[in-house]
Amino acid sequence: MTDRQVFSPLRLSASGLSCGRGGMALSSNIGFDLANGQALLLRGPNGTGKTTLLLTLAGVIAPLAGTFSAEGADPDSRWLHYCGHRNAIKARLTVLEDLSFWAELNGPTGMAPLEALAEVGLGKLDGLDAGFLSAGQSRRLALARLLVSLRPVWLLDEPTAALDTEGHALVTRLLDRHLGMGGLAIAATHDPITLSDPTRLGVLQLERAS
Amino acid sequence: MSAFAAMLRRELRLSLRGGGDVLTLVLFFIIVGAIVPFAVGPDRTLLAAIAPGIVWIAAFLAMLLGLERLFRPDHEDGALVLLRQAELPLSAIVAAKLIVHWLVSAVPLLLATPVLAVLLAMDLDSFGRTMISLALGTPALAAFGAIGAAVTVSIRRGGLIAPILIAPLSIPVLIFGVGSITSPQSSAATLFLAALSLMALALAPFAAALAISSAED
Amino acid sequence: MTADTEPKLNWWNRLANPGQFVAWTTPLLWPLTILTAVLFVLGLWFAFFNSPADYQMGDTVRIMYVHVPNAWLSQFVYATMSVSALGTLVWRHPMADVSMKAAAPLGALFTALALFTGALWGRPTWGTFWEWDGRMTSTLVLLLIYLGLVALWRAFDDQLRAARIIAVFTLVGAINIPIIKFSVDWWSTLHQPASVFRPDGPRMPGSILVPLFVMFFAFTFLFLTLHLKAMHTEVKRRRVMTLKRRLAQGGSA
Repeated sequence: MTDRQVFSPLRLSASGLSCGRGGMALSSNIGFDLANGQALLLRGPNGTGKTTLLLTLAGVIAPLAGTFSAEGADPDSRWLHYCGHRNAIKARLTVLEDLSFWAELNGPTGMAPLEALAEVGLGKLDGLDAGFLSAGQSRRLALARLLVSLRPVWLLDEPTAALDTEGHALVTRLLDRHLGMGGLAIAATHDPITLSDPTRLGVLQLERAS
Repeated sequence: MSAFAAMLRRELRLSLRGGGDVLTLVLFFIIVGAIVPFAVGPDRTLLAAIAPGIVWIAAFLAMLLGLERLFRPDHEDGALVLLRQAELPLSAIVAAKLIVHWLVSAVPLLLATPVLAVLLAMDLDSFGRTMISLALGTPALAAFGAIGAAVTVSIRRGGLIAPILIAPLSIPVLIFGVGSITSPQSSAATLFLAALSLMALALAPFAAALAISSAED
Repeated sequence: MTADTEPKLNWWNRLANPGQFVAWTTPLLWPLTILTAVLFVLGLWFAFFNSPADYQMGDTVRIMYVHVPNAWLSQFVYATMSVSALGTLVWRHPMADVSMKAAAPLGALFTALALFTGALWGRPTWGTFWEWDGRMTSTLVLLLIYLGLVALWRAFDDQLRAARIIAVFTLVGAINIPIIKFSVDWWSTLHQPASVFRPDGPRMPGSILVPLFVMFFAFTFLFLTLHLKAMHTEVKRRRVMTLKRRLAQGGSA
């Protein structure tokens, strides 16, 4: 694999971050420091606020305390992809229409939609209505969104949910290449993820806030 | 600009493939109008006198009916969170949705108005004014509706409460809408109606976007 | 992007702490209650015994001393809510949420009272409880907006998230109320060329103005007292909610 650095230097750091919903902290005093080519795995039992932390980092939920900053991020454009546990796929659009829409909305800076579909293993299904996709195939379509627009930071919530063994390998491959290009990723997952270069991977264990 | 066009295209596709949503809306509009003669009697002069009001009430109710599909499907399947990460500002996304909502809910009503005009014994002059007043006033109804839909998007039974919020805001639209058909100062009412639509259209994308981004997922 | 949430400790932020707010404003409650009571006794005494009956309307004119302050409050409460909504949206002040929520039912109450006393006054004066005149109609619409806001607050499970959304709607309402008022005035003059009665009509003599003024302050202080008390109640309700949620969280572990 050729490591071609695509993204400009970026540093994500959080300190004393506390996040939760409805004024109730789910997890508190979170700190990490992430540079280009590094990934962070969020681990922890249910209800420890993994999804909430990802949404907080995505700017959807305001943090209860602490700071989170992205040094070097281009303030004029979006620099992160959020891939939530819901796939945001419209049953009445075809697979290609759905992906092309997100490519145009987020900026078609990455792969061409058809190429991305082939990459995630949906190559022959581009004309099918997305409503016919299985749960695993929907997940693959959601992951293809990360490929059609280049953004340095990926926030992934259970990226391997509903995926088969081959799908797990796909997620690993995509992550490997993204980090190789100088991207950053934060993923919440219960599944083991082994990258080709394990030094790139950090783990953050979330505890229940007391 | 291509992102905005993509948004418009997606919304149009979703609405037109929505499995007869547009048809349902038009049927509802006609049925509300057609049911009134059964309640007030088939007297043609009475019907002609109240026809503008009936058409406007029918249009108001039909526009409420289509609001559920404006933001709720995107909220439920997680697309709303992703739309907030788009290169396009959320207010522009709301504006695109609003334009398509008007195209697929108000324009069919305009096209169906001749049917109601015949049923309600409207003369040609007030039919023409009705078409103009609906064309000028429905953007305001759509805009206030979008605000109501955005405010209630994260409430599970929001479909019930949105009309309660929207109705008081829509009163000026009804007043000037009917006024521009029947009142002696109809040209003033027409101008007020147009001004109201412009103001509501300018306000709604920002207010709705603010409400949506406050509705943390 | 930096999200800096380090608290800056000044009086404004200290007031933002709900517990501190309750502690600081509790001493105000009793004096406010007493002041309100005194104003009411004084105002009612003036209204019943020390003001003239109208030469046309007789004793029914005394309804005015209740009606006019309520009509004023119906708008003043909305202004309070709008300022609170700005506080929520612009400064994210936690007590602004609470103030906004506490004011909504009070606004609905005062607006309903204004309509009710108006109807009681209208029956002997105009011969009807309800007239679709501009003032009454726009007050009715205002009541509908208040009730919509109360319903909206009740529809949300998470009151903290609700606050910002409702603040947006409150401000949209604030922009629209003048438009509604204008349209309703236009509409009512169209349908009734000759206005039956002008409440702000002829110049009022001082003997009417004094009780009106006292009652005006009495009702305003009644609102301030109730509003403060309702804010305290809301703070306590939220604390109970938090404790329950914490209990559920502990239980699931």
